Amino acid sequence: MRSSNPEAASRHGSPWTGLGTVVAKETADHLSSARMRILEALVFLTAIAAAYAAIRSIRATIGESPFLFLRLLTMAQDPLPSFISLLGFLIPLVAIALAFDSINGEFNRRTLSRVLAQPIYRDALLLGKFLAGLLSLTIGLTALWLLVIGLGLLLLGLPPSTEEMVRMLGFLVATIAYGGVWLALALLFSVLFRAPATAALAALGTWLVSSLFWSFITDILAALIAGPAEGVLGPRLQYIYTSQFIDRLSPNTLYAETALALLQPSTRALGPVLISQLQGAVLGSPLPVMQSFVLIWPQLTGLVATTILIFAIAYVIFQRQEIRA
Amino acid sequence: MAGDTVIRAEALTKRYGANLAVDHVDFAVAAGEIVGILGPNGSGKTTTILMLLGLTEPTSGRAMVAGFDPLRDPLEVKRRVGYLPDQVGFYENMSARDNLAYTARLAGLTRREIDERFVAALDRVGLGHVGHSRVTTYSQGMRQRLGLAEILMKRPSVAVLDEPTTALDPHSTMEFLDMIRGLKADGTAVLLSSHHLDQVQSVCDRVALFNRGKLALSGTVTELAGRVLGGGYVIDVEAHGASVPELLAAIPGVVRVQPLGGDRYRVDGQHDLRADIARRLAGAVELTGIYFAAPSLNEVYARYFAEARDAVQ
Repeated sequence: MRSSNPEAASRHGSPWTGLGTVVAKETADHLSSARMRILEALVFLTAIAAAYAAIRSIRATIGESPFLFLRLLTMAQDPLPSFISLLGFLIPLVAIALAFDSINGEFNRRTLSRVLAQPIYRDALLLGKFLAGLLSLTIGLTALWLLVIGLGLLLLGLPPSTEEMVRMLGFLVATIAYGGVWLALALLFSVLFRAPATAALAALGTWLVSSLFWSFITDILAALIAGPAEGVLGPRLQYIYTSQFIDRLSPNTLYAETALALLQPSTRALGPVLISQLQGAVLGSPLPVMQSFVLIWPQLTGLVATTILIFAIAYVIFQRQEIRA
Repeated sequence: MAGDTVIRAEALTKRYGANLAVDHVDFAVAAGEIVGILGPNGSGKTTTILMLLGLTEPTSGRAMVAGFDPLRDPLEVKRRVGYLPDQVGFYENMSARDNLAYTARLAGLTRREIDERFVAALDRVGLGHVGHSRVTTYSQGMRQRLGLAEILMKRPSVAVLDEPTTALDPHSTMEFLDMIRGLKADGTAVLLSSHHLDQVQSVCDRVALFNRGKLALSGTVTELAGRVLGGGYVIDVEAHGASVPELLAAIPGVVRVQPLGGDRYRVDGQHDLRADIARRLAGAVELTGIYFAAPSLNEVYARYFAEARDAVQ
């Protein structure tokens, strides 16, 4: 446990000594583990199936949109949901699987004190584990992203435009940032709970609340704070703004809004739009790609900030823990 | 002490809230010296070790290990200290080589150094033939040896071994104790924490006895015996005759006479009394043997804690 000894503040040596070694070892562990292979196979199969189903639908309506490759990711074909819906659902699972036993696993294997007896600080171990998880996630998602583009090229017979590539790249970055939130959360639980099963359960519980129940929670809290949704003259703005604010506390909402704005260029706003704001707007026309990035910038930075905040909490708790295993 | 001081603790103190885990501990260890750390569970042994390793920070006091302060320069200390924790763990899915290579890379060894030292270290602990097997196939004894190989690869100035023989069978224990003696021969200072007092006595140059967070006693076993048992020199006597106990007890310098059964007696003395005993018993009784016996650390330990309990009550 951290003491109040003031001399501890002036410790010498870089906190990142050994970071590269930890990242390399953990990444190799992730990429070769049976757990990751099963999850990656699940994500690849479902995502490719969704993309394939979308392609079949797109081929029937090929002249209707200038953004065919983006429709590949957003179009749902019964019974499969769209590619982005599947990713939004499965990425948290993969991220949780990567990190739920990061620190408590070291405790339980009794390897933590042996590793920390080497010339590294705890900082390097914790950050190394997070970066390795993020790197593994990035490798998997990039491979999937390239596969879907390849599938589109093959079956649609058309290359993606530069704007589509930029938007899809932005979507890839947003997906990695979204995975980072869940990775940091699972890491936090692995620091908090000594039993990996408890950490996994806590992370999965948070994911369920965020993905399935958050809209109910949002409605209840917004009604409690801002009053009823409907007024005498129609929907009440105060309720809508409150509801939107609470809704955006969930990383799922931030990710969904980012994906929507990037992959559907006709999206011009991510909140309530007043009639007066639509004056002069050409409805249905696509937004320039940079304008779409401006639109999602708060969501993207929100995802990154949430990741940093959760990681910082895990860092502080880990620094204060007693190492005896 | 055998050489330069490599560990020095001055008023080292650790407090967890209201609980004083380590209370102003002072001690020093020289290069090439093996020092046993003894004491009941919760007496502050492991906390002291963790403070010396830089794994936990002292509330007050200071330590210097291999010339560096573990509080300010934990990385420099860890570069020079090898640590074998109680029931050491390894990454089960990795081979012994990969496990050792990982910690060696963390310790800053180059690939070439790792390759050079790996074979020699594994051969020295008798694991050369299974170095490329996964650790999951290893017994607990093999894991302990692997932990020692990790220390050997690091070539440290100080080795800290926490209960290293707990899970070992008698034969493996003997071999492990020989390996610890090998570390001493390399000039490495060894801190050995153990509850196996006979093993500590067989390998350690000095002993530090912890009780309730304090360093209660420190010195050679003979010195401790002198302070705890009132003697320090133990002599076994074989003699036949009714008055043997009385004759022995009357010799100046004898602290205690203990019948061992038959015609055997154990004498605790303040100095080497063999000549005095021979002179006193010769002619008076039938003397058949006098043997110099080392004082038992078990006895010192048991007596010290019995007296400490009595003092508390």
